[in-house]
Amino acid sequence: MTARLLAFGLALVFAASYAAAQAGADKRRSGYQDMGEALQKMQDDDTANPGMLFVQLGGQLWAKPAGAENKSCADCHGVAADSMKGVATRYPAIPQGADRPVDLEGRINMCRTENQKAERLPPENRDLLSLEAYVAHQSRGMPIAPPYGPVVDAFRAQGEGIYRRRQGQLNLSCAICHDDNAGKKLAGIVIPEAHPTGYPIYRLEWQALGSLKRRLRNCLVGIRAEAWSLDAPEYVALELYLMERAKGMKLETPAVRP
Amino acid sequence: MRILPVLALLLGAQAAAAQPVTPQIVDDAIPTSLTGRPGDAARGRAIVASRSTGLCLLCHSGPIAEERFQGDLAPSLAGAGSRWSEGQLRLRIVDGTRLNADTIMPAYYRTGGLQRVARAFDGKTILSAEQVEDVVAYLVTLKD
Repeated sequence: MTARLLAFGLALVFAASYAAAQAGADKRRSGYQDMGEALQKMQDDDTANPGMLFVQLGGQLWAKPAGAENKSCADCHGVAADSMKGVATRYPAIPQGADRPVDLEGRINMCRTENQKAERLPPENRDLLSLEAYVAHQSRGMPIAPPYGPVVDAFRAQGEGIYRRRQGQLNLSCAICHDDNAGKKLAGIVIPEAHPTGYPIYRLEWQALGSLKRRLRNCLVGIRAEAWSLDAPEYVALELYLMERAKGMKLETPAVRP
Repeated sequence: MRILPVLALLLGAQAAAAQPVTPQIVDDAIPTSLTGRPGDAARGRAIVASRSTGLCLLCHSGPIAEERFQGDLAPSLAGAGSRWSEGQLRLRIVDGTRLNADTIMPAYYRTGGLQRVARAFDGKTILSAEQVEDVVAYLVTLKD
C-alpha cells in the first residue's frame, strides 16, 4: 500500500517537473502575448482581423492572370492550401536558380517577372502585401523552419552582425532593446522580443498591412540611423537572422499588432 | 532679399549643433558650463519631457506627471540632483560612455564614433550646448 502510494507520488512529481521543464523550455514570447486581450481577440477572430481582408484579396489575385504570359499563380501552383503550405516558414530562402536569399515578397516578384512576365510590384504595394499575406496565411500555426546552407548561413551571419552593431545618432543596436531590455517599457510600451511571427502584419499605428521591412525601417528611423534602400540585401540578412531567433515559433499571419 | 536673414538663421542653427565647445573633463565630471552660462531649469524640464528633443522619458521615468508614458530601461530621474553633482550630471549627458563604455545612454553632445547616422542628423549633436545646460539646470533641482 505504502509502496503504491510512494510510486503514485513519485509519478506525480515527475509529471509536474516534466510539465515545468516543458513550460520553461521555451521562454520566447511572440508580440501576441504582450498585447492586450482585445487585440488578441481581434487577431484570433477572422471576421474581426483586418489582415484577413488582405488575405481575401490575395486569394483573388492568386487566381487572376497577369503579365504577358497571362498566367495566374494558380495556373502553376494550383491550390495554395496545398502548394503553399509551409512555404512561409522557410523564407527568406534561396530559390532554385538564384544565388542569394530572397524574402517572400522578393520570391513573389521573381515569379512575376520570370514566369508571368509581369512588372515587379513595388515595396508595400497593396497587391504585393496581399499576395504575401495569402501565401503566408497557408502556414498559419506551423513552426518557423529556416533553411541552412553555406550561402544562406553567410547572409544570416551578416544579419546577426547588423543586429548586434550599434548604429544611428542614438547609438543603439537591435540587441540592446530586443535582447537585453525586451519586456521593459520604452515610453510606456513593452519592448517586444522582435520575433517576426506574423508578417505581413496589420499594425494599428499604421492603419494598414505592412511588411517586416517597413517595421525594420521604423526602428532605424527611431534610432536615427540611415535606412537602407528598399531593395538592399541588408534587410533580407536581418530577416534571416530574426527567423533563426524565432525558429520553432508558430506563424500567425496575418498578425495584428498595436 | 528676404531669404538672407532666414539663411543666416539656418546657418547659425547648424553651427550651434556642430559641437563648437570641447568639454573639459575632470575626474568623473565636467565642472564648467559648456556655454559659460548657467542653463534655464524651466526650459530643461521641457526638453526632458519632450519625446522628440530630449527623449529622456523614453528610457527614464521622472517627476513629470503630465507625461503618462515613461520608460523603465534606466533609473528614475527623481533624486538625480542629490545623487550627482552638477558637473557629474553634465558628463553623464555629454558622453556617458566616458564612465561606462557599455552604457545604452546616447552621448548627447558628441558626434564622433557613430555608425550609419541618418543624413538629417549627421555631424550634429543630439542636444546643443545650451540645451545640455538647460537639462543640467533642471536635473540639479531634482533633490527627492
